Amino acid sequence: MQKEVMFAGFGGQGILLSAKLLAYAAMKQGLEVAWVPSYGPEMRGGTAYCTVVISDIRIGSPIIKNPTYLVAMNRPSLEKFAPNVKPGGIVVINSSLIPVRSERDDISELLVPANEEAINLGTVRCANIIVLSAFAAKSGMVDTDILRQCVKDNFASKKKVIPLNMKAFDRGMEIAED
Amino acid sequence: MGKTFSKPEALSDAYTHYCPGCTHGIAHRLVAEVIDELGIRGRTVGIAPVGCAVLAYNYFTCDFQEAAHGRAPAMATGIKRVRPDLIAFTYQGDGDLASIGMGEIVHAANRGEKFTTIFINNAVYGMTGGQMAPTTMPGQRTTTSPMGRDVTTTGMPIKMCELLSTLETPGYIERQTLLNPKYIKKAKKAIKRAFEYQIAGKCYSFVELVSICPTNWGKTPLESLKWAEESLLPYYKLGEFKTPEEE
Amino acid sequence: MAKILMKGNEAIGEAAIRAGCLNYFAYPITPQTEVAEYMAKRMPEVNGVFVQGESEVAVGYMIFGAAACGERVMTTSSSPGVSLMSEAISYIAGARCPAVFVNIMRGGPGLGGILPSQGDYFQSTKGGGHGDYRLLVMAPDGVQEIVEMVMMAFPLAEKYRNPVMIVGDGLIGQMMEPVEFPDNLTVKPSNKDAWATNGMDTRGSKEKNIVKSLYLDPEELNNHNLTLKAQYERMKKEEIRFEAYNTDGDYKVLIVSYGTMSRVCKTAIDNMKAKGIETGMIRPKTLFPYPLQAVHDAAAKQSCKAVISIEMSMGQMVEDVERAVLGQKPVSWYGQCGGNVPSPEEVEEQVMALINK
Repeated sequence: MQKEVMFAGFGGQGILLSAKLLAYAAMKQGLEVAWVPSYGPEMRGGTAYCTVVISDIRIGSPIIKNPTYLVAMNRPSLEKFAPNVKPGGIVVINSSLIPVRSERDDISELLVPANEEAINLGTVRCANIIVLSAFAAKSGMVDTDILRQCVKDNFASKKKVIPLNMKAFDRGMEIAED
Repeated sequence: MGKTFSKPEALSDAYTHYCPGCTHGIAHRLVAEVIDELGIRGRTVGIAPVGCAVLAYNYFTCDFQEAAHGRAPAMATGIKRVRPDLIAFTYQGDGDLASIGMGEIVHAANRGEKFTTIFINNAVYGMTGGQMAPTTMPGQRTTTSPMGRDVTTTGMPIKMCELLSTLETPGYIERQTLLNPKYIKKAKKAIKRAFEYQIAGKCYSFVELVSICPTNWGKTPLESLKWAEESLLPYYKLGEFKTPEEE
Repeated sequence: MAKILMKGNEAIGEAAIRAGCLNYFAYPITPQTEVAEYMAKRMPEVNGVFVQGESEVAVGYMIFGAAACGERVMTTSSSPGVSLMSEAISYIAGARCPAVFVNIMRGGPGLGGILPSQGDYFQSTKGGGHGDYRLLVMAPDGVQEIVEMVMMAFPLAEKYRNPVMIVGDGLIGQMMEPVEFPDNLTVKPSNKDAWATNGMDTRGSKEKNIVKSLYLDPEELNNHNLTLKAQYERMKKEEIRFEAYNTDGDYKVLIVSYGTMSRVCKTAIDNMKAKGIETGMIRPKTLFPYPLQAVHDAAAKQSCKAVISIEMSMGQMVEDVERAVLGQKPVSWYGQCGGNVPSPEEVEEQVMALINK
């Protein structure tokens, strides 16, 4: 069974890292993975996006026009990519920065006020981790215990920030379960 | 009485293809003598240019590579980076080095690559038959400047030693000539110093040799020597331009 | 060994190091710059050489100089950069030096774009530079395969004393996939004393070696070209690699596709199979030598009505497909370029149109 998620937002919002952590977790689960970034001039300050494809068999085309899931970190991303999400899919919306909704009735939405929640925890920089864990919990795309460990491993060289990111991860899980 | 004069070991028995009066033979011999004196033939790799000296590998008895036009400094870079223990020298003419290979020579010198360049400047393209070079003198007639070099459209002759000396990277840069025995002795000294800097792993080294091309200048060898002395040497000043010591 | 999640471009660099290549020269160009960035960091850790040349022209000759010394050496670039290196590639092939080139192709002609493309098929398989030379050209379809091909490339380059070119595209360079570096692909460098300019002392010889491509005598040059040709003919016998996908059933249409494009085609083939439509595919892994016989035989199958070459270019490989099919069945082309990668749905449409024709 193949599933795809697109992470999209401004450059600097941690889009590529979130996608990478998800890909790592899937790989650790023994799944086939492809992490496909957008690259080019739009990376600098514009809309960046990155797709992660996971599957239990070898991945054919890694280029996905209609993903199962979308994680939108800013408004242009939601407006641009929400129409492409497969029916029955999930859209995670960073409601701190996005005042609108997908306006689709064939998909489900999860609102995560990621920036506010991150600031409450100490810094806006962990907003992407909150969204990542919320998405993972809501979608079940990867095992959240493995993902949590991947987040921890990622910051192994910056031990100081691990507790903050663990808190962010747990907060995201709570939001998804509410 | 013992033997007082013999061919350097670093030179082969091949018949020369250079024209009568050409100074390439002298330059080859000086390089070969230096290789012998420094005992480096077994670890030396020369790089032949495109130009009259394209067949230089026939005359030397050390390993040789043959470059594309102007690219010898990039090849020497490749050699020295992967085998710093080898001694590499490029032997290049003015069309090769100062025209099509300007990028390669400037950047190799600026990176401070530890190889040696012997630059033969005779103010004309030799092998293709006497076309204008970047070092051709103002008013000098060549097949592509039949009315004499017009500096308003082709610019002034490029002085490579001066140009390379502006680089902040330490290097050894000297210009000498092959016009008479007194000069030739100085030229050999410069060539030897250049190789010594390389052996010591000190810096990039560059020796320009102001040379003659009787065939393409349309002059006899004697006329050529006289013209070079009167026309080239006042513009291409001899001497040491840069040494690694002066930092 | 456990799998590592790696970007294609970084995996290329690591594969070269694992294959015993400690010499890398390059010039930055999108979308392969990460190889240079990776090597700048990694080479000092393994006492290797990293040089950022002043241009792709110069880099081509740094590769030549290093390869002529008998050392394993690699560069990577993208289409416009490979055009600039093509001069050196011709010289290196002419001088019979082993070297590995990787082209992470982007859209052209000219500056084109920076997105994935397969527009350099002609450049890599039919020339690029001047003269009668060929490159052994391999085309991976993902990060794992580019790792394997890079590792295989060094012994192959040495076997034939010829440059090997690996053509990926921007997607393969930028994408991350889990990879492993197979130990059995690390092959010791061959002895090159017979020809390399590695210094007479190094090989304990009194005879000089000359690495050159100049043969002024026509007879000599002709003979030199015959020697080269014999190597290319040997490649055709020994190095053809391809994958046959879903060719057991009674397919009406045969797809020929390589690299990233072939993965899209696989998805389309699987989708059609789920609907009861069989489609076969030959995926060349070597573009030179080309799997002419495999394409020919797959097209010869009774059930096969048509052959289509699907490429991220305006129809380059299709000429080799025609050469393989030899008129037995109609051959057509479908593709897009400029960074547009045809979708599985678009591939299906093309196949269905051929079936319903």
